[in-house]
Amino acid sequence: MNRVLPILTVLLAIVVIWYVAAIGMNANWQNTLNTRAALTNVPFTDFAQQTWAQDRPVLPAPHQVIGEIWNATVALEITSKRSLAYHGWITLSSTLLGFVLGTALGVLLAIIIVHNEASNRSLMPWIIASQTIPILAIAPMVVVGLGAVGITGTVPRALISMYLSFFPVVVGMVKGLRSPEGIQLDLMRTYDASPWQTFWKLRWPAAMPMLFASMKVGIAISLIGAVVSELSNAAGGGLGVRLLTGSYNGQTIQIWAALFIAAALAAVLVMVVGFAETAVNRRMGARPA
Amino acid sequence: MTAVVSAQNLGLTFKTNDGDVVALSDVNLTIDKGEFVSFIGPSGCGKTTFLRTIADLEQPTSGTLTINGQSPENARKDRAYGYVFQAPALYPWRTIEKNIALPLEIMGHSKSQQAERVKRTMDLVNLSGFEKKYPWQLSGGMQQRASIARALAFDADLLLMDEPFGALDEIVRDHLNSELLKLWDRTKKTICFVTHSIPEAVFLSTKIVVMSPRPGRVTDIIESNLPRERPLDIRETPEFLAIAARVRDGLRAGHSYDEDHI
Repeated sequence: MNRVLPILTVLLAIVVIWYVAAIGMNANWQNTLNTRAALTNVPFTDFAQQTWAQDRPVLPAPHQVIGEIWNATVALEITSKRSLAYHGWITLSSTLLGFVLGTALGVLLAIIIVHNEASNRSLMPWIIASQTIPILAIAPMVVVGLGAVGITGTVPRALISMYLSFFPVVVGMVKGLRSPEGIQLDLMRTYDASPWQTFWKLRWPAAMPMLFASMKVGIAISLIGAVVSELSNAAGGGLGVRLLTGSYNGQTIQIWAALFIAAALAAVLVMVVGFAETAVNRRMGARPA
Repeated sequence: MTAVVSAQNLGLTFKTNDGDVVALSDVNLTIDKGEFVSFIGPSGCGKTTFLRTIADLEQPTSGTLTINGQSPENARKDRAYGYVFQAPALYPWRTIEKNIALPLEIMGHSKSQQAERVKRTMDLVNLSGFEKKYPWQLSGGMQQRASIARALAFDADLLLMDEPFGALDEIVRDHLNSELLKLWDRTKKTICFVTHSIPEAVFLSTKIVVMSPRPGRVTDIIESNLPRERPLDIRETPEFLAIAARVRDGLRAGHSYDEDHI
């Protein structure tokens, strides 16, 4: 109860601020509408309710967004092109595939970098440079380019997710694999351990905290990569497409609904990685926090 | 019979950005089988460096050094020694028994052999009953005992110990010193022990190597005539105090306690 109460308080505050903001931001358009309809002297309580019930509000009220989510998921066939569950699944599948590929690539690069000074110097600048290129510029090239050679669907989108998510994993794992102290490494040397044994018995387990920390970042930006890649191919579907069509048509409620689904998806994915981390920690005998 | 450790005119110079640092200069020393040799001196005298050179963790830049008649590298590859570091350096994700089994895993012992040796060495350091505990569940003294058990597990004849009890309080330290003496007596191992405590060095050793810094060198080698059986109160006997006084003189002769040099 002690933990729930502060969270609920903050949530309540956000909802209140949101409703108030919705009145302010939608007031102009509501005034225009009321003038056209020759309505004058609308009482404030009625006016507030009007601003919360517009078709295309500047800022939709929370209940409008929740209603839209309900209508576009539970109340709709999952195969429908308007179903947020359908689009959410498209985004989720490329997010997950991209995350798995990105984590694997990141771990692999980190292992190479840690074991070879030459690759440390040659690879690291490129890895950092790769993240300075706006993903919005790369995504269409990859999606359209691969589409031209017949690769469409989940794979090109997953590649964009991978492109974003491998980075935190590389950086985190390089740090993690280098985290053993000097005497822990010396110890391996006194046993004449092979590099392979030093890796599996020391470096890899020592890197676990960093792996999970970077995977949490990685899976969240993997989702961003998936959404951005969907903007390049509106026919392919996904939450990104819902955002895009929503903004073309001024369907702010639809945009917010898609945003909410994406945010919820990200929260759940980060939580899943967190659960995996807890399970691994328990197996590795970590001191309970 | 060849000496366990034999150093002739051994020197080691570290190259640093601020110029060369002479860590060891002209060290001559022979350690025979079954000896308990302490290295004592202030920080920077090269005692740890010498131990690390024996272990092939540092490379000498001049002179010769042999371990069991071999080069340090070959001795290391033969797993000729067990090394105990200043900190326990236990792997936190392994239970105590798994930590002690670590060298055995690496050296390819069978599961049953591992279990048998882990049990034997845990008995030896009085840690039985703590097999399934993780390092953080043990006190500092117990952790260091586990690290000694790990160094003993693969039955190397030479034990190199680098200030293993330096971080422990005096009561625990006294206790572990007595246990270490018993262990040495039972296992007949050769022990090289780095310390900066005069009573500890005199209490434990058959031979005390006094070292001094800038450059790191040996200033005196003292053979102890104390009996092998040493209760803690031996530290009040005149024989003990005489050796301690000679160690102190040796340290003073090496200008070890001068306040200048900076």
